[in-house]
Amino acid sequence: MAAEQTATGYIQHHLQNLAYGKLPAGYTRADGTVLSDSTWTIAHSSQEAADMGFWAVHLDTLGWSIGLGVIFCLLFARAAKKATAGVPSGFQSFVEVIVDFIDKTVKDTFPHRNSMVAPMALTIFVWVFLMNLMDLIPVDWLPLAFAHGTSALTGADPHHVYFKVVPTTDLNATLGMAFAVFALMIFFSVKQKGLVGFLKELTLHPFHSGKWYIDIFLIPFNFLLEAVSLIAKPVSLGLRLFGNLYAGEMIFILIAIVFGVGALGFIGAGLLQMGWAIFHILVITLQAFVFMVLTTVYMAMAHDREDEHAHDQ
Amino acid sequence: MNINLTLIGQSITFFAFVWFCWKYVWPALLGVMQEREQKIATGLQEAERAGKDLELAQRKAVEQLKEAKAQAAEIIDGANKRANQIVDEAKEAARSEGDRLKAAAQAEIEQEVNRAKEQLRSRIATLSVAGAEKILSVNIDAKAHDDMIEKLAAEL
Repeated sequence: MAAEQTATGYIQHHLQNLAYGKLPAGYTRADGTVLSDSTWTIAHSSQEAADMGFWAVHLDTLGWSIGLGVIFCLLFARAAKKATAGVPSGFQSFVEVIVDFIDKTVKDTFPHRNSMVAPMALTIFVWVFLMNLMDLIPVDWLPLAFAHGTSALTGADPHHVYFKVVPTTDLNATLGMAFAVFALMIFFSVKQKGLVGFLKELTLHPFHSGKWYIDIFLIPFNFLLEAVSLIAKPVSLGLRLFGNLYAGEMIFILIAIVFGVGALGFIGAGLLQMGWAIFHILVITLQAFVFMVLTTVYMAMAHDREDEHAHDQ
Repeated sequence: MNINLTLIGQSITFFAFVWFCWKYVWPALLGVMQEREQKIATGLQEAERAGKDLELAQRKAVEQLKEAKAQAAEIIDGANKRANQIVDEAKEAARSEGDRLKAAAQAEIEQEVNRAKEQLRSRIATLSVAGAEKILSVNIDAKAHDDMIEKLAAEL
């Protein structure tokens, strides 16, 4: 990084994803050139990334999340292929401990029959954990390596190459997963209760008198309450994971700034970095676990029928 | 923080990985684990049964050993009895054989004595006749004095 770079610039650089998107014709780019045609390109500044609007992709987020997901799939598929019912050894025991743990957790929270929920819980737990784990790699290593590697290959200015290695510090990634869970909630709700049953659940709770002419007037209130609580689930799910990891990343970045402030700063930052990283091991595991458990709980809610619901109350 | 297409990309990725795990990872691993659980359960059951079998076999073995010992004692007892019997029989046989031999020897001795007596008697008769002849210087008609000689011989 250049010497004249300010702390604010450093932080902002670290918080910008590597965006690939379309810039409109006549757009003035960061280096002053004006585009004659609308172009698909990599953003060279945060402003450009923001101006790309919805039709842009964060290459780093998707790259790391897909890469880590593939690692998870390959490792576990290999373990599953090699698994024997005899004495398990090495990696198989490790995988089995995780699978057993997930299986128990899901059985405790999800009493219905659905063969998809447990594997989904396993995927979420391991995948989110791996994505969170990227947070423990010192904040500058991968972005610097990537920026200088790219500039060496393509001649691009390393200052304008952004690289964020923790996918879960990108709201797109966490909300993307949360909305996928939300879609499954709707799907299983409709599948289990029928469309009518699902709509009834949305409109006849929590206020219910038993007389249709009163119930009709209660529908808007019920719907408002139920819709808010329904939407709040995926949003809170995604924001919780994002918030925790974003805050953690932010603190790592701030500590990294302290490294540059003299010898005392270097030692202090080293100690801080170590302490926060150790604490963060707990956070990343816990957040992966929370995401998994909440997903399972939401799935269980989607499977709960109204008559069973009535028994619970 | 821009919300963009990444969100949809992440959702698709999520479904893809969940699907993969659902199809290829979870069933295989859980199947293997359940199979092992089953194996361990039956193994434990069999071990328990084997333990019971062992105890039973040990009890049986002790019983059989006791029985065998009793049988051996019985056999030894019988053999002793039989040996005593044989010895007794042999003693008896020896005694009776001795008695028989003694009787036979005695009979022979008696016979011999009788024969010697007879010989002696006839010799004495002849001698006494000859003596008497000499004394009387008379020929004694043997036939006439046969009775007397015989009487004499019998008296000897």
